[in-house]
Amino acid sequence: MERKFWLSTLATCNDAHLTSLWEKFGIEVNFTWLRKPEIGSIMCQGKIGVTGNNFNFGEVTITRCQLKTSQGKIGHGYVQGRNKYKAEIVAICDALLQTNKRDFLIKNIIRPLVVSDKNLKKDVMSKSASTAVDFFTLVRGET
Amino acid sequence: MYVAVKGGEKAIENAHNWLSEIRRGDVNVPNLEIDQIKEQLTLSVERVMSEGSLYDTDLAALAIKQSRGDLIEAIFLIRAYRTTLPRFGTSPPIKTEDMVCMRRISATYKDIPGKQKLGPTFDYTHRLLDFSLLAEGNIPKAEKRKVLKEKIPHVLRFLNKEGLIQKEKNNNYQPKDITRNPLEFPANRSERLQSLSRADEGFLLALAYSTQRGYARNHAFVGELRIGYVKVKYNIPELDIEIDIAEIIVTECESVNQFQGSKKTPAQFTRGYGLTFGQLERKAVSMALVDRALRWKEIGEEFVGAPAQDEEFVLSHCDNIQATGFLEHLKLPHYVDFQSELELVRRIRKEYEKNK
Repeated sequence: MERKFWLSTLATCNDAHLTSLWEKFGIEVNFTWLRKPEIGSIMCQGKIGVTGNNFNFGEVTITRCQLKTSQGKIGHGYVQGRNKYKAEIVAICDALLQTNKRDFLIKNIIRPLVVSDKNLKKDVMSKSASTAVDFFTLVRGET
Repeated sequence: MYVAVKGGEKAIENAHNWLSEIRRGDVNVPNLEIDQIKEQLTLSVERVMSEGSLYDTDLAALAIKQSRGDLIEAIFLIRAYRTTLPRFGTSPPIKTEDMVCMRRISATYKDIPGKQKLGPTFDYTHRLLDFSLLAEGNIPKAEKRKVLKEKIPHVLRFLNKEGLIQKEKNNNYQPKDITRNPLEFPANRSERLQSLSRADEGFLLALAYSTQRGYARNHAFVGELRIGYVKVKYNIPELDIEIDIAEIIVTECESVNQFQGSKKTPAQFTRGYGLTFGQLERKAVSMALVDRALRWKEIGEEFVGAPAQDEEFVLSHCDNIQATGFLEHLKLPHYVDFQSELELVRRIRKEYEKNK
């Protein structure tokens, strides 16, 4: 599993779900802050008519932090929204995912988050599919 | 001589205390929670995010509560908060072709790959009050159907193939951010669209409606309207890795408008584009129509003096926070200004009497 994948999963996952998964295992990690959690935004761009030039569409709130564990691993916590605790958990996970704890974390944190996101999307798509229009034609009189 | 007048602190404090009390309403009624607003007044929340130009459902819900449901006031709160945020960077453009669609319709083609999907829409409801919502009505469950693994391509691609619709220009233009650089006229289409995407829905609706009624003749079709989840990407500077940093709900509208053709180009369809945060169909369609009307020059149409064609008029008045700021300041004390006007009118009248 690539770092890009776990960072993406952690950045966009449900806050409460991640918190409960993380706290369940009570992993203790000593670390020092390189950058304490701070709230900011990124400008999200769009593309005119799907294929045209870019334009600035609007901003999204983001929280970020960086830390270094006592093992010397650097973890980056970038998350959507303004939850500083979530950013901290993500940074710790990112650091641990570079150690021998990796398989444990993938199995117990990343995978469940991926599954729950997949289920959510499947739910949306299957409800959307139920609203698909089936056209039929009515013919009246002689043809 | 200028004499500064002070006072009113106590009155202001008391007024704000009363505001807080009246915001709470009858204390026998349960306090409204932010989560309830977030979950049950989603379209208000999305409108506040769109016009506040900041995607954050918690903050938008909080702003709605704080403003007693006055959405422009809520948008004002979001805009004010937004200015305090450090900017961590810019995302590459969102890919609406990868959208997980809740709703996707086309008014131009009946049979399209990915089908017409109505989604959770008010369309086709009878607009009759539902009194079951007064009581604990039974909520019907949404049906589910097997999901086919199919792409949902953009409908206008089909017109593109035949050359029947104008291609979008892409010259890798780097858009200026109108929140950091004041808008200049004539504006580039990118800056126009940033302005329109944070514009007041009511204003855009009225302008779009005016184009339909004949003020700037362009007959529009909704080529496609899609609503759903898209990922926002971001390159983490320390790692140089591009991740999905956020997931947002957006509405996109592509309009198709007729164009008679000119000496240089044969008749073909032209486009308007609308994109908003949240499920804001009315706004996205309005935006596409206004975008199209503003493109008259580039397309080679005549300027008929319609408000929707007038870029300076549209872009200078579409922001409801600018508008409300200037308008509402009229309520603040103008005692000195008015005093000077009073003096002036008295003097003119005195001179008039003298010369009579």
